[in-house]
Order: sequence, then C-alpha cells, then structure tokens
Amino acid sequence: MTVAQPVLAASRPPSRLRKLWNSISIVFQSRIGTAGLVVVAFWVIIAFVSLFWTPYPPNSSLFVQNLPHNSTNWLGTDHLGRDELSRLMQGTQVILLKTRLPGENRIAIPGGVAIWGVLGSLLLGSVLGLNAGYRGGWWDQVIMQVLDALIAFPVIVLYLVIIAALGQGDLVVIFAITITGAPGVARLVRGLTLDIKTRDYIRAAETRGESKAFIMYREILPNARGPLLVDAMLRVGYAIFAIGTLGFLGLGLPPPDPDWGNMVNEARRNIFINQWAVIFPSLAIASLVIGLNLFADGLREEITRYQK
Amino acid sequence: MASEITYGHTGPVLKLEDVAIAYKVRGGEIEAVQNVSFEINRGESHGIVGESGCGKSTVAWAIVNFLGANGYVKRGSVKFLGQELVGKRGEDLRRLRGDQIAMVYQDPMQALNPSMRLGDQLKEVLTVHRGLSNAEAEKRAIEMLERVYMPDAANVMKRFPHQISGGQQQRVVIAMALLNNPALLIMDEPTTALDVTVEAAVLDLIAELRREFDTAIMYITHNLGVVARVCTKVGVMYAGEMVERGTVEQIFKHPQHPYTQGLMRCVPKLGADKASSMLYPIRGRVPPPNSRPIGCIFGPRCDYARERCRLERPQPRIMSNGVEVRCHFAEEIDPAQWQPHEDIELPTVHEVAPGEPLLKIEHLKKYYEVSGTTLKDLLGLTPKRYVKAVEDATFTVRQGRTLGVVGESGCGKSTLIKTIIGLENSTDGKAEFMGFDITGDISSRDLAVIKELQMVFQNPDSTMNPSYTVGQQIARPMLRFKTVPKKQVRQEVIKLLQAMRLGENYMDRLPRQLSGGEKQRVGIARALASHPNLVLCDEPVSALDVSVQAAILNLLLDLQSKLGTTMVFIAHDLSVVRFFSDDVAVMYLGQIMEIGPADAIYAPPYHPYTEALLSAVPIPDPTAEQKHIRLEGSVPSALDPPSGCRFHTRCPRRHLAPEEGAVCATQIPPWQEIGNGHKIFCHIPQEILRTFEPVISIKEKDESHVS
Repeated sequence: MTVAQPVLAASRPPSRLRKLWNSISIVFQSRIGTAGLVVVAFWVIIAFVSLFWTPYPPNSSLFVQNLPHNSTNWLGTDHLGRDELSRLMQGTQVILLKTRLPGENRIAIPGGVAIWGVLGSLLLGSVLGLNAGYRGGWWDQVIMQVLDALIAFPVIVLYLVIIAALGQGDLVVIFAITITGAPGVARLVRGLTLDIKTRDYIRAAETRGESKAFIMYREILPNARGPLLVDAMLRVGYAIFAIGTLGFLGLGLPPPDPDWGNMVNEARRNIFINQWAVIFPSLAIASLVIGLNLFADGLREEITRYQK
Repeated sequence: MASEITYGHTGPVLKLEDVAIAYKVRGGEIEAVQNVSFEINRGESHGIVGESGCGKSTVAWAIVNFLGANGYVKRGSVKFLGQELVGKRGEDLRRLRGDQIAMVYQDPMQALNPSMRLGDQLKEVLTVHRGLSNAEAEKRAIEMLERVYMPDAANVMKRFPHQISGGQQQRVVIAMALLNNPALLIMDEPTTALDVTVEAAVLDLIAELRREFDTAIMYITHNLGVVARVCTKVGVMYAGEMVERGTVEQIFKHPQHPYTQGLMRCVPKLGADKASSMLYPIRGRVPPPNSRPIGCIFGPRCDYARERCRLERPQPRIMSNGVEVRCHFAEEIDPAQWQPHEDIELPTVHEVAPGEPLLKIEHLKKYYEVSGTTLKDLLGLTPKRYVKAVEDATFTVRQGRTLGVVGESGCGKSTLIKTIIGLENSTDGKAEFMGFDITGDISSRDLAVIKELQMVFQNPDSTMNPSYTVGQQIARPMLRFKTVPKKQVRQEVIKLLQAMRLGENYMDRLPRQLSGGEKQRVGIARALASHPNLVLCDEPVSALDVSVQAAILNLLLDLQSKLGTTMVFIAHDLSVVRFFSDDVAVMYLGQIMEIGPADAIYAPPYHPYTEALLSAVPIPDPTAEQKHIRLEGSVPSALDPPSGCRFHTRCPRRHLAPEEGAVCATQIPPWQEIGNGHKIFCHIPQEILRTFEPVISIKEKDESHVS
C-alpha cells in the first residue's frame, strides 16, 4: 500500500488556533452563514471603533432632547439630549468587549458580558454533561435530575431570583447567564458523550488504563467541538437577548455605560414624541441576534455536510 | 401474474447501455459510474461484484431512480422490458417500481416498518398495486410466506418485525418483493448482515426462487463466494467500470482481467493456512473518482501494464470463451506465469514452536445481570436472572501462537475478549496472564499487566480519535506506559509507522485523511506501541475490502514473526481464521464446542456444529462440492440456554448420540480428547464422529493460486 502515494511535505501539526479557524472558515461555503458572519463582524468592528472614537461623548447631554435623525445627530438624540449613535456604539462594549468589575476604581476585564456568560455555561455544562454521560448510573441520575429541575423554572424568573439575591452588576449578569445556560449545554454534551463513548477509540483508551478524567476531557470533549461551537454561537445570541430584556426591566447592566435594553426602556416613555430612539436600539439587538443565529445555522449546515 | 408487457416482451428484462452516473457535490461533480453496459434475461441471476466504492449500489439505485437529490444518470440508457427508464417521471416510475421491479436491501430491520404488523405490510403491496381485497391479499401473503419456508406463516402475519429473527426478517422482505411477481428483483447485499448459517439458508432460498419464478435477479455483493453459489452470470466492477463479465464458471475458472485475477489471489481459500499458502494483495489503491487515469482504469495497479494501457482506455471485448473483458492484452496474460510485483511485501512465516503458556483461562464465566420489568422484580422478590454470555471457557494460549475464535454473532466471542482485556470483570473462574491474575477489570490491574495486553479493533472508522493526528495517537501509549524516553518518542513512532509500511509523512495526518486500510494499520501500530506480549484482535479485517484485508493479514503475520507477539484472533470468516491461526476454538451460545489445532478443526472428526458452520461457508469456487447441512430454527436466548448440551435443540446429528440423543437434553457433554490437543464437547462417541466425511471436496485444484 505504499505505492502511488502522493508525497506530502513534512508539515507541522496544526496549531489550536489554526484548527479553530479551519472549523469556522467552512462557513464561507454557506451563503446564510456568510451573511450572518458579515452582520456579526459589523458589530464587532463598531465595538472596537467605539473604544477609541465616538461622534460625541456618549454620556453628556449636549443637544436638544428627543431629536429625530438629522445631519448632526445621525440617529437623533434621546430624552436627555445625548447622541443616540454614540450611545449605540458604546453599548456594544459591555456586551462584546469588556466586563466591569465591581468597586470604585472602575477596572474592566476584556471580553463582554455575553461572551463570558456563554463561556461560563459552556464550561459548567460540559463538565456536568461529560460526567453524566460517561460515568452514567447515579452520576447521570443526580446531575440530570438537578438540571431538569433548573430547566423547569422559566428563564426570566431565574434571572430575577439571581439578581434579586446578588444585586446588580456585570458579574451577576454573567453568573445568571451561566446558570441558565448550563443545563442546555449539559444536555447537548451528555447526548454527544453517550454517542462518542461507544466508539472503539474510547475502548482503546480504556484498555490503556487511562483515567476517567483523561478519557472525558482529552478523548471525548475534542470530538464534541463542532456541535458545541454551533451551540455557543446561538447562545451568545440568546445572552444578548437576555441582557436586552434585563436592561428593559431596569435590572441589567448598571450605568454609566449605555445598555441597549435600558435605552429601549427609557425611550419607551417618550415613544409618541420620538419613536426613533426606541427603534434604533431594538434594531441593533435584533440584527446582532439574527446575525449570530444565521452564522450558527450556516456553521451547522457545513459541519454536518459530507466533506471530501 | 405479471402484466402484459412482460409477456409481450421477448428481449432482455434489463439492458444498460453505456451508463454513466454522476453526483453533484460541493465544488463540482463526481462521476461515480462510467460506461457500464450489461443485460439480464428472464430466469437469469446476474451478480455484480466489486470492492466498496466501485459503484455497484449506485447502478442499482440508478435503475430504480433512488439516486437522491444530487445524483443523476449522465449518459447512456437504462431499458427495462424495452422501455427507457432514464428521464421517466415520478408517477410512472413509482408504479413500475412497486409493480415490476422489487428491491431487497442489506439490513432487513430497516426495510421493514417496526410499528406495523408484518401481515399488514405484506398485504399493502397487493391491495395498493393489485387492488385485491383484504381477504384475498391475506391468503396470497400467507402462501408467499410458505413459499419462502417461513415456519408458522399464519402466525407470523400477526407479529411485528422485532419479534422474528434476522434471517426470518430477510425472508419476509424477500416474500414481500416476490408478492407482485416482479420482472426484475434487485438484491443489494441481502445476506451481508446475516450470520453464516442463516446466510446459507437464505442463499438456498434465492437459488431456488430463481429457478421457480423465472424472475431476473440482479445480485450485488462483495463476496465472491456468494456469487459462486447463487449466480449464473457475474460482472466484476472496479472504480466505476465493469471490467469483466461472463458466466460464473468461466470467470472463476479462467479470470482474464488482471483485476479479477488479483481479487482471487487476495482471498484465503477455506482450508488454506499461512504456512502453505500466501495472500497477494493488489498493490496501490483505488483511484478517487475525480483523478482516474486517462488510460486503463486499472493500469496504475496492473502488473501487466504497458505503454498502450497508459494512453488508451480499453473497450469491452468479447473473448473466445464468451467473456467480456475490458483489457488490451487479455489474451496474452497467463495467470500461471504470474509473479508478485516487487512492491508487494510478503510476510516471512515460520512455524513457531509452542512456547510457555502465556494466557491460561480455566472455567471462566461472564454473566450479565438482567433487571426485570415487573413490580416484583423492582422490589427484588424474584430470583435474579442472568445472560450467560460466556460459560465455562477453558483454554491456554502459548507464547508466539495465535488462537482463532470463531462463532456466529451473539456466541460470546467478543465478551470473552472483553473479559480478558479487562473491559469487563469475570463472574467466576480463573484467568492468568504471565502469572498475574486477570479476573478483575482493568482498574484492578497493574500498569505492567495492562501494557502487555493490547487490542486491535474492528471498525477502522471508529478505531482512531478523529481529533488527534496519527503521530499523537501512536505516541500516547508510549508516554502512558513510559516505554520510551520522551525525547525518543518521535523516532520510535516513525519506526513503528515504517513497520506498518506507512511513511513518516503520516505523522501529522488526521484520521479523516486516511483510507480504511491505513486507519487499521495505525490501529495496529497503536496496539503494538507498548510492545505488548499478547494482542487481542477483534475482527480486525471484517470491515475491510478483500484486497486491503489481504494486506492487513500479511502485515499482522509479518509483525508476529518479527516480534514474536502472541495473538487471540476473533473473526466470523472461517477461511480467514483458518488461514491466520495456529489453534482454533469454536463457540456456540457462550460455550466453547471444539478446540484444537487449526488443521484438526477443519477436518473430521468434527463437532456437529463445526460441521454445520463449514458447510454453510460460501466458497469462491463453483466447482467445489459442499455437504448440505442447514441448521433448523434460530439461536436460543442466552438468558435461558437449553439444558444439557446447548446445541441439542438444533443439532442435526443428535440421533447419533447415546439413547437416540436423549442424554443431550439432560446431561452436559464430556470433553472428548481426540489427540494433539484437539477436544470436542459432544455426547456422540469419538468413533462415530470420526466416520463423518469432509464437508468440502474440491474437484480439481487450480494450480495458479497455490504458491
């Protein structure tokens, strides 16, 4: 069988970043996925630009209140006379780029609230799902019963309970997203694990006497990567939606940074004077969530498709 | 009851002319089948053989237009009873398919609707396509079930698919296909999923139906032995082309295309062993559909290729004996003069003197507890029930030898292996490996023992973790068992890859970039990475094509003779086990029935079960005479195995035992020593067992296949 082999140049093993890019880049094969990626990329670029430049300071009342869109204020102004465009741009930061730690000195860590929340639920959900799926028996029973009980609560109630107990703040919102997202991830990972653990390479690892942790995290988890990636994209969308909802209820991310949900809530009171201040932040939320959904759909389509 | 067209038409039932079939895929089109022409007449059974991916199923799907959304017939014509099928629209085609073309698939469980009674499914064919009344349809369905020898046909009508065995399910599917008396019956590997004894009975049925029903049968299979048994004509496909076509006798006796000849050299003959014969794999690999050569499609792998073969695609030619061959130089090729090409590496096998006992198994048992579903069971009031997967296994494997374990599915051979390797703990009995006790599962074993006991798996697609490169996966056991210092791991992996005849460039490839045979090679490399003393092989070649299978068997033999590894080799293919093993154990329903040196097992005296197994094996030689022994009924449940001898309910030789076989049902048989380590677990006295005649007698020996 050594004959007629195309000779490959000795290549380096692909790096982790390369692998991740390889699994994401197939999305360009799908039109829907590419459209989603363009929308998401648009908002990410806006977020980075807003770090260095916004048309006006987003939190200062420099203009007449409740203006519709015009040549000075491209998206108009809000009920306090602040520039809507600047606020919208700045609003992407807390979602995608930074998380403000509690305390007076206003330190922020990179990675937005939605991102950290989803990472948290992926981490928690994966650990729980892997243990339930691979160990089976009582582990499975106990973990899944607890998670089922958690799923039984409406998500919004869980958010309210957590925020009522812990108070407002970026970390609290992250925690809330983690807790509400983990059961779904755990179910997904458990299902994948139940499938993957029947494969022969898991038997091979067992006959090497590998530890359970090695088998779960090194043998099984990497093979759940594709579906998890798709699920994560969808979840970022849900998280943004949840942040918007909380903001609208006045329980979301604390001031002074603008928050899209909160912007909708405040502008709602003047909806008959200036409906644009409601429409633009709503459109922002909707477009980002839809973009992420399309991206995830395209990714899923291409991952599950036959590959040469 | 065939419609008027059948009677009015005198030509061939099915005629394919220059058919090319293509699939649209991401970034282009794949021409899966090219220039296939053949015809099938009434009462003829036409086999299509070839390795996986050569397009044989695609041809069948094209006939019934099941190519899926992205497949279509690109060129050529498919004529059925004189009507052109290519381009025909949905409704006409649907009527034709239901009425005059029937298809039988590989897996009967997927062909039957699990939520409908079998009777309703059978009747539906008649009430929908023939417009018969319910009562009339019922009568006809029962008649048909009786025709396919379904025991208790009226009762089977009321059952659901899962309530009958796999062989019976396939009978129902065949009965359903025949209900409308179709002009063409397409069978796509109908016995591949079945056990060898069940397969034999279904093949008998197909051969009989062909004679009685006057139906044209298109029979697709990868198994040359099956073709020899049921077909009159056969076409050999390679890489989307039909390379040779003729009567079964001519093709098997005088294969003229180099590919057909190569195929025949790949399969071990039943009775051949590694000391006296050799397998010759075909070098190279099948070209992917989009990079096929311009010239002869088999050219790059052909030992006779010349300049003309590279430049010009040969057209089918009819030879003097009526066989159609797609080869420029078919007349000049003499298989008797064939010499293996220097690229094929052949193993050097030398007889190993039995060394020290390495693995000693005594009275090993493995029971699985079954939990009942009644309230009493839940409360623990009923006695516990067990599936007795392995009952009382006793054998020894000596250093450097190979023990083959054969048996049908569910006989406990995989459980036996799992218990030895430690994926399961044993229920009772003794098991010793290199002097260590291995009755417990892997968590109770020392790392030094684990390292010496490794396994090769069946399915090449799941044997490797898709997320890691070949190098990483082979290196893992070395790092885990610390057999190699960390700095030298890379060199060691390369050395091992070279021993597997894979180059260094395979180090950084991912499993999805490898072919099935290459994956299996890497699987073997991983098992050997810790230099184990005993390697357990669980059907390592059964999922592979015959030419790849030959290469893998050669590789295993070569490694064994170089490293002196001891092996336990499970397979359901009796010829492969005979070829590969020094000793053989035959299992039935968890019990070892016969054990001994391989040559002794395959010649009388036989255990009656071994005799039945051997007479069921399809032999790729239409001239071979085989005793006709078929087992009645199906394998009993291991939950409640028959008392006494477990085989007594189906034993065709039971009347020869003392008291007309009454002891078989009451007493556990004795182990009869035949000599030279050959033991038979049977009540029938040795003297009578010795009078059995050999199952297979081959009339004339084809010298070209024996080295």
